[in-house]
Amino acid sequence: MIRLLNASGCLDALAAPDVARALDVFVTKTVTPLARQGNPPVRIAETDRGMLNSIGLQNPGLDRFVDEHLPRLRELGVPLWVSVGGFRAGDYAEGCEALAAEPGIEAIELNVSCPNVEEAAGTVAQLVAAARAAATLPLYVKLSPAVPDVAELARAAEAAGADGLTLVNTIRGLALDHTLRPRLARAVGGYSGPALKPVALAAVHACRRASALPIVGVGGVMNGRDALEFVAVGANAVALGTVLFTDPDAPGRIRAELAAEAAAVGLADPTDAWGVAHSDVPDPVGTRN
Amino acid sequence: MPRREARSVAGREAVGPYTLLRVEQGGLDPGEPGQFFMLSPPGRLLPRPMSLCLHEAGELGFLIDVVGPGTHALAALEPGDEMSVYGPLGTGFRLDVPRPLLVGGGVGVAPFPFTAARMGGVPALLGFRTALHAEAAVLLPNAEVVLEPTYVTEALPDGHDVLACGPGPMLEAVRALAPDAQLAWEAPMACGYGACYGCVVEIDGALRRLCVDGPVLGAAA
Repeated sequence: MIRLLNASGCLDALAAPDVARALDVFVTKTVTPLARQGNPPVRIAETDRGMLNSIGLQNPGLDRFVDEHLPRLRELGVPLWVSVGGFRAGDYAEGCEALAAEPGIEAIELNVSCPNVEEAAGTVAQLVAAARAAATLPLYVKLSPAVPDVAELARAAEAAGADGLTLVNTIRGLALDHTLRPRLARAVGGYSGPALKPVALAAVHACRRASALPIVGVGGVMNGRDALEFVAVGANAVALGTVLFTDPDAPGRIRAELAAEAAAVGLADPTDAWGVAHSDVPDPVGTRN
Repeated sequence: MPRREARSVAGREAVGPYTLLRVEQGGLDPGEPGQFFMLSPPGRLLPRPMSLCLHEAGELGFLIDVVGPGTHALAALEPGDEMSVYGPLGTGFRLDVPRPLLVGGGVGVAPFPFTAARMGGVPALLGFRTALHAEAAVLLPNAEVVLEPTYVTEALPDGHDVLACGPGPMLEAVRALAPDAQLAWEAPMACGYGACYGCVVEIDGALRRLCVDGPVLGAAA
């Protein structure tokens, strides 16, 4: 079974519980140790083939998340992943430690790649190692594709103790208005939507060949065919981001389309598409979930 | 309950510089005045939030001000064309006020024909940039109309419970005179149902998501 998740930050399960329940896993918006009000508006801009967002990790902070949000999220009855973020290795460790004692969480996703915060984070290996030392839950590491070699980051994350990879986060983009001024208050934002799909497919393809870790593929999935392509390059699960903004019925629709698209290429089940885009060369890692 | 349905365009007409787009209601609930629907323009990625302007004869009417590619695509829809409509969404106006006055600026007249129909015989004050824009006042017969350089705030009578919709600076000016006014704000919005955190506005130093906390916010809230 190919599980469908939401991309972190693309769904508020408490505001739209029915949409969350239509997913196989709900992933929270990134939580940081301290509350963040996020970036000033304007935060959203549509482009020709995608959109920009500049939310800036708006979140209630770890304490309020655990005390007020987590109990309500557990009641949804959907497997829950918590996205943990920060600005230094200790922030990630603090998040993982605080969640270690909390029941009802299936995994933690480490957001080491938010394009909308300026503060420098440590290297991926350091952040993952710090989180690993504090965490009791499985750790997925969400990587940016805007690096020279994302496979190298994947190997570093695996060596530091990651249990899975989420590929990819948004990439930085900028759009101007008719007066040639930036449309977003912070000028640059995270670029997502259909234009990101080839970038994300390439990242999943590269990381599948570099690591045996399970991969959540995310980036520009608008329909079942897109989801099947992520499976074909080696994703074990698929996350929905921008499409949730355009279509709150996307989880059910894409699940149905995924099965139909697999059948259309002669496969009995979408899982049978796993890795077929690598079939011209030997499977470098010889593992599938 | 909000629903997302593909609806046929029933009609389109010019109202001054704006376009009134009417779609078949189908199974959609019109909601409460001040609530909005996400309309999906053909060829664009994101839907656009539009408050309900008219609800009559099994149709939902939306007033479109063409300001970019999304509103351009909406205003170009022909009768019989289909588009996705999702709603009603958000928090509308409180109508149980003793002395209501509807105050609109420009395309901010949009929610008030539906509001007036629900409330019956309610006074209204509309402000427009030009005489062409003021042709939209036909949607709200009996409204008092002012044109720039006169602003609605200069014609605002005392002692009313103000329900206002218009550009941000107008709403700020209205709240300065009527601190208890209900104000319908707008902001670029991706999803319309609380998912994206994109549509925040800053009210008294706090950022509020317009799609779930608003679009109508009490000025004193």
